[in-house]
Amino acid sequence: MPLIEEVHRALGSAVEVWTIGQEREGNAILEKRHGLTLPMLDDSALRVSFSYQIEVVPTLIASDAEGRVLHRFEGFARKEWRSAVEKLAELVGMAAPDLQWQRYPELRVGCGSKSVEMGIADRLAAEAEGSPLRARRIEIGSADDPFEFMFDQGMTDGLPVVPPTPVRVLRMLAGTRRDAHEVIGIIPPNMAPATVEKIAINAVMAGCKPEYLPVVIAAIEAVCTPEFNAHGVMSTTWGATPVMVVNGPIRRRIAMNMGLMALGYGNRANATIGRAVKLVLRNLGGARPGEIERSTLGSSGKFTACFAEWEERSPWEPLHVERGFAANQSVVTIFGIESGSRQIADQTSRTARALGGSLGLGLQGCWHPKSYGVGDVLLVVSPEHADTLAREKWSKNQLRERIQEVTLRPIRELIRDEESGEGLPADAVAPAQLDHRVSKFRRPEYINIVVAGGEAGKFSAMFGGWVSGPVGSIAVSRKIEEVVQNHGNTGSNR
Amino acid sequence: MEILDPTDERVPVRRSLTLRTGEIKGRLALLDISKPRGDILIDQLERRLSLRLPGVEIRRFRKPTFTKPAPDELRRKIVEESDFVVEALAD
Repeated sequence: MPLIEEVHRALGSAVEVWTIGQEREGNAILEKRHGLTLPMLDDSALRVSFSYQIEVVPTLIASDAEGRVLHRFEGFARKEWRSAVEKLAELVGMAAPDLQWQRYPELRVGCGSKSVEMGIADRLAAEAEGSPLRARRIEIGSADDPFEFMFDQGMTDGLPVVPPTPVRVLRMLAGTRRDAHEVIGIIPPNMAPATVEKIAINAVMAGCKPEYLPVVIAAIEAVCTPEFNAHGVMSTTWGATPVMVVNGPIRRRIAMNMGLMALGYGNRANATIGRAVKLVLRNLGGARPGEIERSTLGSSGKFTACFAEWEERSPWEPLHVERGFAANQSVVTIFGIESGSRQIADQTSRTARALGGSLGLGLQGCWHPKSYGVGDVLLVVSPEHADTLAREKWSKNQLRERIQEVTLRPIRELIRDEESGEGLPADAVAPAQLDHRVSKFRRPEYINIVVAGGEAGKFSAMFGGWVSGPVGSIAVSRKIEEVVQNHGNTGSNR
Repeated sequence: MEILDPTDERVPVRRSLTLRTGEIKGRLALLDISKPRGDILIDQLERRLSLRLPGVEIRRFRKPTFTKPAPDELRRKIVEESDFVVEALAD
């Protein structure tokens, strides 16, 4: 430092001499100890050090007024520094300054710059390039298969995942206008913050396109609410999972399937959006089978459970409108319910009453045919069944009432007996109550109804509920960010 | 190839067991997580433990619901009022 101060005093009238220190406190100590008058700049954020690719402290850099580097020397060597200072003086038309060179050591190799320390360098790289990426970078050895590596690290759901390289994640982030560092929610059970960046990483792994990202983000927002209670949904021994229904214009823009095979496979948006949400819950939230996720059997819906409602084919107002959103808004609704759908066949009913009765009897199996007063169920009515109901202009509420009516049973039939040990304990019911008739669902509004499926087939489907209400999981809807894509998909219902 | 970490990047914490003293004395908490029939197991445990450990004071605690983590207040109360905890999970 004394030498640099000498150079500053000798050449200061023609050359700007600055020192750049990597620690604010260190700068203050040096200024005091050496009585420095030259400008001492604070680079504790290491941005200058990084942009000049400083690897060794000290590094001497001489540059012209435009910032072009004329000379650079790493470490301290008396001879080279002297030569550099004299060349600088010559450049500005001054005589070589008479400095006390003999006071200084011949050689000091210096030490490593903080900007190249492990862990710091990556962060600086991301920050210095204006990159939004902050997640820890993992180097996969060239001899390793990245797919096998990700299995070994426990990052997958049992199927291969797309390796989330920085380039792919940056491309994914282009699907949203939200800040990459915005925390969308806290993911139970690990209570880990889900940033947009972390969600994007898992969306890449799931196979999402960037234009799906807003749906995944909205779904995570919903999943993180106390009402949804992801901790309970993921950890229950019953096979619950987040089941997602997408409504509004985005369905067509990202070509979601709401028609034939809507609850099955073959559509990228349906498959990967649901999978991305599950990967976030697994990788960020820590919900892994055998750890916190403890379903006795689970089902294939645990991989992914996401579909769109075929609003245009429905005789009723769509789910999101029923839940208070405008028809032209895109919305995702998440149910914490059974992870697999089961089908209800009725190929012969020609009246709304008869079909409603069939659907009700099909729903009676939720949990167990003798379990009554249960909560949420999601009924997916197929187009042909919807037509039968629409012919008589039945509303959703009429269908709900019919389901409650056809499932009415006297309490005596719901008591545990020799035929089936499931049901109410006999001593819990007063004799006078035994002939009192009750409906399957606690309230009609617990019967959620949407339309989806292929044009052919008189088969509807249902997802049974888990524990509903405040001690269990309550369905949550969230508006999806509208991002206009330049490469807009026209979409289809297939 | 370089990838970005999809996890919460927590460094795994190795938890060590509390020192085993070889004897149980003081206050013992029995925590019922509110899952059906968990109370039956806890009742049975309480009967047996009170026979085996007559000098130990047994206290019962109960989570409001098994589906959610225990509230902070309950956890604090258990820590303050107990030397040992036996938690009855279900299933």
